[in-house]
Amino acid sequence: MRELRYREALREAMLEEMERDERIFLMGEEVGHYQGAYKVSEGLLEKFGERRVIDTPIAEAGFAGVGIGAAMAGLRPVIEFMTWNFSFVAFDQIISNAAKVHQMSAGAIQVPIVFRGPNGAAKQVASQHSHSCAPFYTNIPGLYVIQPSTPRDAKGLLKSAIRSNNPVIFLEGETLYGVKGEVPDEGVEELIPIGLSSLARPGTDCTIVTWGRPYYTVLAAADKLEAEGISCEVIDPRTLRPLDTSLMVQSVKKTNRCVVVHEHWPYGGPGAEIVDRIQREAFDYLDAPVERVTGLDVPMPYALNLEDKVLPTEERVIDAVKRVAYAS
Amino acid sequence: MAKIIGLPKLSPTMEEGTLVAWIKKEGEKVEVDDVLAEVETDKATMEFRSFDRGVLLKILVPEGETLEPDVPVAIIGKAGEDIADLIAEAEAGRGSGAAAAAVAETAAAAAAETETVAETASVPAPASASVPATGAEIGEPGATSGRVLSSPLVRRLARERSIDLRAVQGSGPRGRIVKRDIDSYEVGVAPSFASPGERLPPRVAKASSMRRTIARRLTESMQTIPHYYLTIDVDIAPLADARKAMNAELEAAGKKVSLNDLIIKAAAVALRRVPEVNASWMDKEIHFHQVVDISIAVAVDDGLMTPVLRDADRKGVSQIAEEVRNLAERARERKLQPEDMSNGTFSISNLGMFGIEEFTAVINPPEGAILAVGTIRNEPVVQDDEIVPGRRMRFTMSCDHRIIDGATGAKFMSAFKRIVESPSNMLL
Repeated sequence: MRELRYREALREAMLEEMERDERIFLMGEEVGHYQGAYKVSEGLLEKFGERRVIDTPIAEAGFAGVGIGAAMAGLRPVIEFMTWNFSFVAFDQIISNAAKVHQMSAGAIQVPIVFRGPNGAAKQVASQHSHSCAPFYTNIPGLYVIQPSTPRDAKGLLKSAIRSNNPVIFLEGETLYGVKGEVPDEGVEELIPIGLSSLARPGTDCTIVTWGRPYYTVLAAADKLEAEGISCEVIDPRTLRPLDTSLMVQSVKKTNRCVVVHEHWPYGGPGAEIVDRIQREAFDYLDAPVERVTGLDVPMPYALNLEDKVLPTEERVIDAVKRVAYAS
Repeated sequence: MAKIIGLPKLSPTMEEGTLVAWIKKEGEKVEVDDVLAEVETDKATMEFRSFDRGVLLKILVPEGETLEPDVPVAIIGKAGEDIADLIAEAEAGRGSGAAAAAVAETAAAAAAETETVAETASVPAPASASVPATGAEIGEPGATSGRVLSSPLVRRLARERSIDLRAVQGSGPRGRIVKRDIDSYEVGVAPSFASPGERLPPRVAKASSMRRTIARRLTESMQTIPHYYLTIDVDIAPLADARKAMNAELEAAGKKVSLNDLIIKAAAVALRRVPEVNASWMDKEIHFHQVVDISIAVAVDDGLMTPVLRDADRKGVSQIAEEVRNLAERARERKLQPEDMSNGTFSISNLGMFGIEEFTAVINPPEGAILAVGTIRNEPVVQDDEIVPGRRMRFTMSCDHRIIDGATGAKFMSAFKRIVESPSNMLL
């Protein structure tokens, strides 16, 4: 298998899907002539032209709404937010229209649309531009929410998202765009189903559920814990809504303990949802309370040393695992 | 105005204390400086005295519980005051699940109690009037602490394997029984079914706070202090003879000195002559002590204490004898105060009474050295080319090499030997 960067994997997914189905188009700020704010859409304008790669004004509510209308009319838009922080001005379009039309039209109208862009903290972009948005969107019935951690999952899941007939929230990561990973060779098509978790690392002593940026923090922590004799099994849900708990529950039944690690704030959200599901579905198998390592419950500070403390750290992951393993 | 009383820090190094016994009961009057309870700290069992005047309205912690300083343990106020809010506050402050639950359970009872007391509050009845009512409630927190804490996994396994969890010792937070406890319990129990009474599992006891202090301090000593050891063999006959003569003199006064008292005195004098040994390594500084305060190792039930004999170099042997006896007695009764055990400058440990010929002792930080005393050996010695009966004794000093080099330590041992072998030297 070859290695690709996360951004290249996303680009390939869009390119392959746009070649396959001419109803698909990409719309957003700087996606065309500037080649994408993070170069995810590099080369797509040259290949597909201005009819299918559309630069917009700085008007998220407008182009999100146009996208939803296009989807209702039979096209298959991919809407790029320069970052998910900017989606807040389009929140009403996403929640009141994209997520509701199928139900309100009694199934007559579908909204096959993908909203995608970088989510979460980057580096020193401060409190207004560091939101980890999964809790906002996973709360809404009618939306799919996907947050891939690896290039392979990014490609396989974006292709599935584009083919889905339901509105999909696709959360990428600015710090993940440069991450390299194995992706199936050209010509080998891989569609990763929405709503299927994956085993990122096998282990026996503690289950860690994580996704997005902390995925890499957790894998590094798991290496260190392994050296201390604590073997961690890492599960990546990949899709946050609908949530596949089968693998994590099966894992917790084996390890008897669980730590959930996520970038978003601790109050509610998919992290808390996972804890709830595990304590209900694996109650009689738990040897310790399920712990969470989260982004700290504060607006993101600008100072780098503080930002590093707010994001989940290896040290906090190691401490939490040792607590549930009664090893500290 | 009623207030929450927290567990006081009864010694500078106290990290936790065990509430051994409540001296005051709920409803009893409390004066300033009255003893409320006895608390076992890392150093001793200490009296926990009240800074407040009033009535002990509520005991929040059952006897036997180990707590950190400042954890709420009681509420003191005026008779009949409504303390429901304070109980809730104390509960929030404690956080410890089992104890907090116990407090919560009694909170309702306490609120009800307060109502009945309030009715009589206008009557200036003595506070003791409410004793029977509140007294009946005291047992409750203790009763609820009998709950077995265990993880959901352990409860399922116990059901499947028909194990009575009350028999299993928990190693998790607050004594929670976790998987490894039930696994090791089974390993321990299985053979005893095969041959009853023959192969019992180890009896598991919680380490006392003294035991944990010993463990921590001596581990720290062995791991951080570069120990080395100097052994010297001395003729103890002159000192033993001197003791005999002294005791004959003291007999009329009904007093007695032991050989150990004389050894303490000899060591104290030797420390004056080689003061480099009377020193402590304090990281970037060396403290050369200008007093000779000798820590005496005293064996007590389940442990060891080191009360300090102050100014041993300046005291007569008979005074030393009296003070050492007093310190040892108080150590065995756990009546030593922290100041009785702090700031020694040198230690002496004697295992001679067990027939131990010689041994090496662990330095009592931050002291620089400890002298280990062996037993008297009656054996032939060569004196002026003749074999004659001798009485010998071996002393081994453990030194902190960071402050006491070999030659310095040896100088001390040789000075000590000269004093012991010629006790009148002490008069110099």
